[in-house]
Amino acid sequence: MPKDTGIGARSKRREDVRFLTGRGAYTDDLAMQGQVHAVMVRSTVAHGRIVSIDTSAAAAMPGVLAIFTGEDFVAVGGNPAGWLINSRDGTPMREPKRPVLAHGKVRHVGDAYAAVIAETHEQARDAAEAVAAGTEIEELPAIVDMAAAVANAGNRVHDEIPDNLCFDWGWIEDNRAAVDAAMKAAPHVTTLELVNNRLVPNAMEPRASIGEYNPGTGDYKLTTTSQNPHLTKLLVCAFVLGIPEHKLTVVAPDVGGGFGSKIYHYGEEALVLAAAKKLGRPVRWTADRTESFLTDAHGRDHVTTIEVGATLDGEILAIRTNTLANVGAYLSNFSTATPTFLHGTLMAGPYKVPHVYVNLKAVFTNTAPVDAYRGAGRPEATYSLERAIDKMARELKLDPVAVRRKNLLKPDQFPYTTPVGLVYDIGDYHATLDKALEMADLAGFEARAAKSRAAGKLRGVGLSTWIEACGIAPSHLVGQLGSRVGLYDAATVRVSATGTIQVMTGAHSHGQGHETVFAQVVADKLGVAESAVEIVHGDTSKIPFGMGSYGSRSLAVCGSAMDRALDKIIDKGKKIAAHMLEAAEGDITFENGSFSVAGTDKAKSFGEIAFSAYVPHNYPLETLEPGLEETAFYDPNNFTYPAGAYLCEVEVDPDTGKVTICSFTCADDFGNVMNPMVVEGQVHGGVAQGIGQALVEHTAYDENGQLLTASYMDYTMPRADDLPFYQVDHSCATPCTHNPLGVKGCGEAGAIGSPPAVVNAVIDALHRGGMTQVSHIDMPLTPARVWAAMQA
Amino acid sequence: MYNFEFAKAKTIGDAVKALASDDAQALGGGQTLLPTMKQRLAAPTVLVSLNAIPEMIGVCVNDAGEVCIGGATTHAAVAREVAAHYPALAALASHIGDPAVRNRGTIGGSLANNDPSACYPAAVLGSGATVKTNARDIAADDYFLGMFTTALEQGEIITEVRFPVPHKANYQKFVQPASRFALVGVYVAQYAGGVRVAVTGAASDGVFRWAEAEAALSGDFAAGALDALAVPGNDMITDLHGSADYRAHLVKVMTKRAVAAAH
Repeated sequence: MPKDTGIGARSKRREDVRFLTGRGAYTDDLAMQGQVHAVMVRSTVAHGRIVSIDTSAAAAMPGVLAIFTGEDFVAVGGNPAGWLINSRDGTPMREPKRPVLAHGKVRHVGDAYAAVIAETHEQARDAAEAVAAGTEIEELPAIVDMAAAVANAGNRVHDEIPDNLCFDWGWIEDNRAAVDAAMKAAPHVTTLELVNNRLVPNAMEPRASIGEYNPGTGDYKLTTTSQNPHLTKLLVCAFVLGIPEHKLTVVAPDVGGGFGSKIYHYGEEALVLAAAKKLGRPVRWTADRTESFLTDAHGRDHVTTIEVGATLDGEILAIRTNTLANVGAYLSNFSTATPTFLHGTLMAGPYKVPHVYVNLKAVFTNTAPVDAYRGAGRPEATYSLERAIDKMARELKLDPVAVRRKNLLKPDQFPYTTPVGLVYDIGDYHATLDKALEMADLAGFEARAAKSRAAGKLRGVGLSTWIEACGIAPSHLVGQLGSRVGLYDAATVRVSATGTIQVMTGAHSHGQGHETVFAQVVADKLGVAESAVEIVHGDTSKIPFGMGSYGSRSLAVCGSAMDRALDKIIDKGKKIAAHMLEAAEGDITFENGSFSVAGTDKAKSFGEIAFSAYVPHNYPLETLEPGLEETAFYDPNNFTYPAGAYLCEVEVDPDTGKVTICSFTCADDFGNVMNPMVVEGQVHGGVAQGIGQALVEHTAYDENGQLLTASYMDYTMPRADDLPFYQVDHSCATPCTHNPLGVKGCGEAGAIGSPPAVVNAVIDALHRGGMTQVSHIDMPLTPARVWAAMQA
Repeated sequence: MYNFEFAKAKTIGDAVKALASDDAQALGGGQTLLPTMKQRLAAPTVLVSLNAIPEMIGVCVNDAGEVCIGGATTHAAVAREVAAHYPALAALASHIGDPAVRNRGTIGGSLANNDPSACYPAAVLGSGATVKTNARDIAADDYFLGMFTTALEQGEIITEVRFPVPHKANYQKFVQPASRFALVGVYVAQYAGGVRVAVTGAASDGVFRWAEAEAALSGDFAAGALDALAVPGNDMITDLHGSADYRAHLVKVMTKRAVAAAH
């Protein structure tokens, strides 16, 4: 029977009460006494040399308090990349300074080179126009196309980087010769060139920041739209502004979606802090939607050639990829990790493949920075692999399902060390595949296809068997691989005298539902009501430390830290109970919220123990401190490896090229599930984003580096009528072997597994319709692109 | 948005007077104008609202049997109130934008703007409607002069649009995926005097009549009558969302569908 509370219950999301009734408190909602407004002055050209900036006219305008330019930040640090990648030849990546405001050159449309602070937003905006009018920028040829960027040594995004190359990475370089040999010997080689299209994150809430400075104490406060306030604090203090860490508090209040784009520190955050210090007044900035399009870190943007060497009966012998990955104009914080250790390491997929080699060149261009976006590297790997395997099956006239069955790892092969550096701990990929086929009624496909044909439509079915690596860890390993941060997390569990509980977690919820799900875990473990538990997040002054939420790590890493802290609470409770019950500590058991002496009816409730901890009248004070509060840090042994099988059925209108998704089926293995409703919601959202990438979302720059898709008039977001009702299942669970909750992470799965299933389905439909010349169409599969492919 | 003066006219005369000043701009539903002003790409000094002029709001049927729609009537009102008289026109109105757009946007505003991808120009041209202004009546064939260009003079206001009701009609819209304006929209209407076919979204000069299709359908009002025809891609728009050839192809597809669906 389904539980109605605690782990496994479909507890309703408590945070939705405030979100759905307009009582959320987002950064832009927070009014500060004496606040003033910042407006950024942004480049309208993609590439240019700043000749002069005359701010005198703007400075004389009504309400203007201060004007900053790049010159004001020359003496402070830059916003660093979080991961050092070494090229194949051992040289470190090129790492140009990313200043608070552009200095000397502007490098993409939207690059801020000045900022105006004024009493009102309108005044600041008027003055920003005056600054722009007083600025002379010598326009330089824009570097947009990656291949051209690498080939043209003369035209440079950064003057000190001659070939616009950040790094040329081989993974694993020692595999290279063996892969080349295996590919050469393979009876069949499938080659596929594909583009993983650039995406704009489009969080519902735009980025916003408020800087405050107290001249009386020297304390700074930054309220900002962040997925990980502690990282922002570390970057602002240690790298950019040099503020002592104990003098800055970073608060990320309610945040309306991020999808990765709010992991990173952005220049506006440093700007509002510097301006607040200069003026002694709170300085606020909120992006408008155009600024969001132009300056939020974009996602994906890979151009890949993948080769799959196979036997004639479809056994994969070797995989080789060559990729150009766009990092944009500057290195965003995770931009070097995303295409490398979150991408190359996944290139064996869920398959037993003896030889894999990945080459990836990261390229600077005059476009917005590119960084992790829901899935981050893993969707790119999965798409390349699942498209290529489908193509291989087609070329060999094999059933794509059978080809996957032949190559999927078997349950008795774990733990499995891949040729690209990961150790998969557990999984049952055949079980999720079987489940998806059953749920989608693949057996009934031909009958449905006949019906579609009768209605003049082409029906197709596409499969994707995916795996991902979440909860990136452990720190000592990622440190060896170039990470400049640790990837553990922390939690404090504070029990009050009356037995209610606060958990301060390093995870940050910006839509995920942590406040509900983490409370379920606590309630289950301590045997208390969910309503007695409060989850506190997003404030560096309250939380011991944390690395925030991204990479499906919240429950697997932050939840594990919380679980460890709960263990400490229970251990201390046992000591208190032993004293109160006059029993040996070893005889105390804790179950369903009650400490009891084994084999007796003597017991104390959790509430009684909590009370005793704070009113220690009958308490072992000589050996135990009063109070009931524990902190734990948790550094995982390994990634977690969610996996699954997605099946998509589409209809293509041969007259218009329009693709309609008829059904979408997901059989996922997320390990143990804490709240099925929340997990289903995460899958729904992830699949919606994946379908968005596959069918509609497209970020286009023209040859001058102008963003053509800079508004919703041209950038298509998936809408309700683009999407089907999903069938999702997570019953084929193999609990993670190395974290205490046995959880794997579900936030990115949908966005990782779905794009190849959609594209495979469309190609299948065209082939069944006789258009066997169409072996691939690059995403997004808009009606125009599908129609054009059909005419070829 | 820059600052501006706001004038709320109560009569057509008041509106005409207010629009006489330099840099005054008529405001219909504001679905194009207000976003443009927010982007600071338009900066009228006076905005003259036409939305509170009672004689410009509402739907009626005149003695000649024409459906008459006040220039300040919203798309939602047209969808509701025209359904009984001219279902194809009501159906078109009911699929413009989203509910928020339909409850603010007006027929007069849409026609005065003449966006090359808007729906209403196809209905007006396809129905051979009459655009009535404060100064004169303009036949649909004389009204649309190219992308964002019309026969309206400076300060002239669309007070009403009169639609003769056809035997059969239908509008087929193939949407541009992002904006959901018409990538190609085709309005087909069959009258006693012949068939009219108007195409929006496709051509760089805006809405146009497809004469060959009209001739073929006037002889035989069946989708098959179009089989031998093709629309040349020369004057079609090419953009991110579709090539000229794709648009030309869609014109034929949508015309056939409109004929098949007309009732």
